[in-house]
Amino acid sequence: MSVADFAFYAFGFIILVSGLMTVASKNPVHSVLWLIATFLGATGLFVLLGAEFLAMLLMIVYVGAVAVLFLFVVMMLDVDFATLKGGLAEYLPIGLLIGVILLMELGMIFGVWQFADGAEAARAAITPNIGEIHNTAALGQIIFDDYILIFQLSGLILLVAMIGAIVLTMRHRPNIKRQNVVAQMHRDPAKAMELKDIKPGQGL
Amino acid sequence: MIGLEQYLSLAAGLFVIGIFGLFLNRKNIIILLMSIELMLLSVNINLVAFSHFLNDLVGQVFTMFVLTVAAAEAAIGLAILVSFFRNRGSIAVEDVNVMKG
Repeated sequence: MSVADFAFYAFGFIILVSGLMTVASKNPVHSVLWLIATFLGATGLFVLLGAEFLAMLLMIVYVGAVAVLFLFVVMMLDVDFATLKGGLAEYLPIGLLIGVILLMELGMIFGVWQFADGAEAARAAITPNIGEIHNTAALGQIIFDDYILIFQLSGLILLVAMIGAIVLTMRHRPNIKRQNVVAQMHRDPAKAMELKDIKPGQGL
Repeated sequence: MIGLEQYLSLAAGLFVIGIFGLFLNRKNIIILLMSIELMLLSVNINLVAFSHFLNDLVGQVFTMFVLTVAAAEAAIGLAILVSFFRNRGSIAVEDVNVMKG
């Protein structure tokens, strides 16, 4: 067994075990941490497959942003997670049944499939030799030449998601004091301060 | 030698784990969202594996777009979750019945 084979089995073991722990953990914080472990395993697999750019993207976007987002929400919402765990025994049998059926269906095609005759000819963008051009540069050439429209549209999706998330979660609370910049800048010393001429010995 | 079949089996296993998680955590929306992330990740592994073994870079391009959509979906889902929790004080799926749907 070569090193690459060993690495595949190691990363696959990490992915499956931490994926299972993600859905089976009692504590949602542990679930998020197991989810991060799953993404790290997938990062390793992507490196093994020669997709270095996607591996780094997965690391930055998923581990760095999405998983931390989950962690924030889990920790900041004051939810009683114990009550949400009820009914486990009720759903476990049907969940296992559907899982096993799906696995059997997917297992049926194991070993009996083959590529179509025209599959090699139908390739849209043949991977260049890694000696000539790096994975990131080759990917960039394809994205910015052939898939520029979809690339821009995915940027638009992210923009809509960002605005939507802000609109959904922003709220104006009436009882807190805020800084009013315009009012501050238009303050006039003559109106803001009043001088009183007080006679000696009289007081106010 | 690790071929395409090993990668596809691994991705199938991860996908089934994701579906299993949907059934196991019927009440907790946060873990439901995480299960959906697991299923999208298994699809990504499939795409990259085919891209590698067919020598076609388009698979990796589309993996990137799937990643984009998954990130947007997680952000929107969690935002809806937060505003729902503010209004109802709970994130149980059974309480999501305002629209009587």
